[in-house]
Amino acid sequence: MGMTNSKSHDPRAARSSGTTRRGFLAAAAASVAACRNPGASPAQDGAPPLAASSAPPSVPSLLGRGRRGYGERSSFEKAERSFRPSATPGTGSSKTPLASLVGIITPSSLHFERLHSGVPSIDPAKHELLVHGLVEKPLVFTLDDLRRLPSVSRVHFIECAGNSGREHQGQPHEDVQKSHGLLGCSEWTGVLLSVLLREAGLRNGAKWLVAEGADAGRLARSIPLEKALDDVIVAYGQNGEALRPEQGYPIRLVVPGWEGNVNVKWIRRIHVVDQPYMTREEAPYYTDLMADGKARMFTFVMEAKSVITRPSGGMKLAGPGFHEITGLAWSGRGRITRVDISTDGGKTWAPARLDDPALPKALTRFHFPWTWRGEDTWLLSRCTDETGYVQPTREQLVAVRGIHGTDHYNGIKAWRVLPGGEVRHV
Amino acid sequence: MSRRGLRRPKAGVHAALAGVIGLALVSATTLAENRRAAKPPDAAPAPARYAIGRAATEEEIAARDISVSPTGTGFPAGNGTAALGRGLYEQRCAGCHGLRGEGVGDDYPPLAGGSGTLATNNPILTVGSYWPYATTVWDYIRRAMPYETPGTLRAEEVYAITAYVLFLNGIVHEDTVLDAQSLPAVHMPNRDGFIGDPRPDIPAR
Repeated sequence: MGMTNSKSHDPRAARSSGTTRRGFLAAAAASVAACRNPGASPAQDGAPPLAASSAPPSVPSLLGRGRRGYGERSSFEKAERSFRPSATPGTGSSKTPLASLVGIITPSSLHFERLHSGVPSIDPAKHELLVHGLVEKPLVFTLDDLRRLPSVSRVHFIECAGNSGREHQGQPHEDVQKSHGLLGCSEWTGVLLSVLLREAGLRNGAKWLVAEGADAGRLARSIPLEKALDDVIVAYGQNGEALRPEQGYPIRLVVPGWEGNVNVKWIRRIHVVDQPYMTREEAPYYTDLMADGKARMFTFVMEAKSVITRPSGGMKLAGPGFHEITGLAWSGRGRITRVDISTDGGKTWAPARLDDPALPKALTRFHFPWTWRGEDTWLLSRCTDETGYVQPTREQLVAVRGIHGTDHYNGIKAWRVLPGGEVRHV
Repeated sequence: MSRRGLRRPKAGVHAALAGVIGLALVSATTLAENRRAAKPPDAAPAPARYAIGRAATEEEIAARDISVSPTGTGFPAGNGTAALGRGLYEQRCAGCHGLRGEGVGDDYPPLAGGSGTLATNNPILTVGSYWPYATTVWDYIRRAMPYETPGTLRAEEVYAITAYVLFLNGIVHEDTVLDAQSLPAVHMPNRDGFIGDPRPDIPAR
């Protein structure tokens, strides 16, 4: 037990010497200043106080900030969602800063946004979810009702259908936030939609449901009943706390593995029906126009995709030597089983290490050891999911789908490393 | 060692002996339990229904249900024509969409035109060239337009503005009356332009 330790924490010590706490701190600060000043009086006998040390990293000799009710990140951390200012700020998207993130969970504050009619401010005490239509007993659920029901917590990615659409069109963005940032992954907590549908009781002829939000534009999507009964969550929690307003507070749908738009936020109504209702979000929008003029409709699942987040566009390698390559892989059809990396522009490939656990329909973090010898090269990642599906190249996708579609693109992404260490999009 | 044990050594010895025997018994039981615990125990059974949530009244449902289907379910009474819709459109819509539905800049793509462009190198996707159902136009205008004040149009106004947007695309006449029966019957030019999802569509290498 160190004497100095117990002494410095003993309030009686300060009192007995007739010094106030404030005066004691001021004296300590003054002595620090004196000790750091080369012209100050010579050190007294014995070891100098710890505060006299200038050995890095520096340690403050004044107390830090006290407790606070709700935490915030360090003021030194600057990663933010990015978006293009427009005349209609309530419409459009902001993108997740993927290059700044580690692991597989996207901090709620940095999870991408996609808005159509702004973010509503909803009092949870006044919010209700109506389940009606082809059901035996139409029901209204309050937030308290939902909290009483059995809950699940599951990690799932949500990816906007249009994520990396510019890659499809051959106009790649310069960094991974802009190119792949319409992507996030959270632990979502809520009630399985199947539980609510069972409470209401499905009637004959029920095949689809219309999910409707309480945003100003009442965004609505048709979802096949089979999926609704499988793994859809009416979520009130995100990463251990309530959903963020821009993520659907107080409740949203999480439709695992399917395009972001069907994960209806601020959900207020589930209408069980006999057919898709052909809302704007599914009849004209979120369809994929092929080269022959026909368009694919109800292309819900987000297929296996991966991207290297470090090193990635806009970064600069400090110099030749070891640099871990890391990034993310995900599949709307299940688990990622394999990620291969090429550090020579696709000539040779080797498997990356996947972080455990590789969860179904969730982001999976991969790692690959790489020693850069200073050459001009391309870095690529290619993932495989549990169905055996292998992430295709852009050339393969364009050969089948043409270049008009902007949604559901999942081609292999390359970053170019220049001899000076700059990492560029290609 | 507890105070009680110190005061009553005999009892303490007995307790210790009992403890050793007990420990042996516990060890054997724990091993067996651990083997069984390799598979988590079945959770307690849940009831078939939880009886949570209150019954919705017909009035509540009617007040909240704004769904309309492509086959005509859910459309309210009322009607409108393009002739009636022109003034409303110019007042409430043209600021963003242009007087003739031509759009304004990149943020406000056109509502009209683009006929015959879908299979070309420059496809223009509008209500007339692309949207498969007229009911979608009505539904979207009612729930989400005008952009700044969605949900403020009466049903008659929505019928009239829908008629005008379809008129701008040459799909209805200026005096065609759209209502709950005639609107779902409007044939959109690209009605048969959609297919299902064929994915996975990329052959494995």
